[in-house]
Amino acid sequence: MHLTHLSDEALIALLERGQEDALAELYDRYGQIAYSLAYRMLRNETLAEDAVQEAFLTVWRNAARFVPERAKASTWLLTIVHRRAVDLVRREERRRTEPFTPSAEAASSEGSAADAAWLRLQRERVQDALRRLPDEQREALELAYYGGFTQSELAERLGQPLGTIKSRMFAGLARLRELLSDVQIEEERWSPKQSTT
Amino acid sequence: MEPEAIHDLTPAYALDALDPHECAEFEKHLRHCERCQAELAELQEVGSSLAYAAPAVATPPALRGSILEQARAERANVIPFPARRSRTTWVLGTAAAVAAAVAIGLGIWTALLNNDLGAERSAHDRVADALAIVAAPGTQRVGLTGGKGLLAVSPSGQGVLVLSDLAQPPSGRTYQAWVIQGKTPKPAGLFRGGNTTVVPLTTRVPQGSIVAVTVEPKGGVAKPTRTPIITTRLS
Repeated sequence: MHLTHLSDEALIALLERGQEDALAELYDRYGQIAYSLAYRMLRNETLAEDAVQEAFLTVWRNAARFVPERAKASTWLLTIVHRRAVDLVRREERRRTEPFTPSAEAASSEGSAADAAWLRLQRERVQDALRRLPDEQREALELAYYGGFTQSELAERLGQPLGTIKSRMFAGLARLRELLSDVQIEEERWSPKQSTT
Repeated sequence: MEPEAIHDLTPAYALDALDPHECAEFEKHLRHCERCQAELAELQEVGSSLAYAAPAVATPPALRGSILEQARAERANVIPFPARRSRTTWVLGTAAAVAAAVAIGLGIWTALLNNDLGAERSAHDRVADALAIVAAPGTQRVGLTGGKGLLAVSPSGQGVLVLSDLAQPPSGRTYQAWVIQGKTPKPAGLFRGGNTTVVPLTTRVPQGSIVAVTVEPKGGVAKPTRTPIITTRLS
């Protein structure tokens, strides 16, 4: 069956019926983002692979728990990937605070050139939005999301009251949403004829 | 934790930045707090956009295949409940688990058999046969639409319907199972509901055929007169 024209949400519905080709299609759409995220957090290939594999299998097993009214499929999937990576980063005591500089950019290993260009555009948009956040908000978001630190650990590490950390995270997410909301992230991503500009 | 303070955990939860204790407490709260559910949905969407900002690294070439292989291996054991009744997934890890699930309702079924069939073979034997089919390693198991349970079919085409939480049929009526291949439904057995009902089908179930359940007048009919309440397809 041709699945490339289906929405992410439709693919999740197919997973519920045990269709592996829908899982393959989801991997083709989000595998690279998922792996890059896990690698960014874990900085180790084997651990990043474990996190991504476990996350996709969680999606496979729990597709019936996805509630389309509550979240986009991509949000659901990436939340699961992130949670797996956080679990591993905490268990392996791999949390780091130093900046991350990958040795090599991906030579877009899968997907079409158009997909790769689209992904790059998304990445640049979010990176740009992050740069425009006030420093202390960006710091709180990055240490929590990529670093895997809990809010209490952040309070201790940054020498701030817990309440301050909570409000920085909240303000950071709210500001980030504003910065990203002028152009919808992910929208129309998988419509082949859609221009990305 | 103070009642109001728990709402403040939403941003940290969206970023997975709670410790396990806080996380459990927040999830408990989340179940009945619509305000936090709505806020979380928004914050998670923004939060997950951070995933896109991670510098791109090439995925290991073997990862895709390894995920799909594992998923395939698990598929036989994952039997979804029909969405209409429940959105949870019934994961049956092993054949033994299937047998155990079936055994829960056996007392009831055995009683039904004794009353209704008075068969020449003992109810016990029939139960044992049906269980053997459900639990056998080569057996294909598929979920149902319209009801909780599963259809188990042996490699030779012997079918067993296992239904749970099926209400008793209205008085003067019975449940009737059908095997439909092409356009011809063949009668495959009469039964009542109960906590768990095990129905050995009296007609072989070929690949690609549909198994359906209708409510019919007592004694059964030769052709279905009603729309099926439960269906599944063996593919």
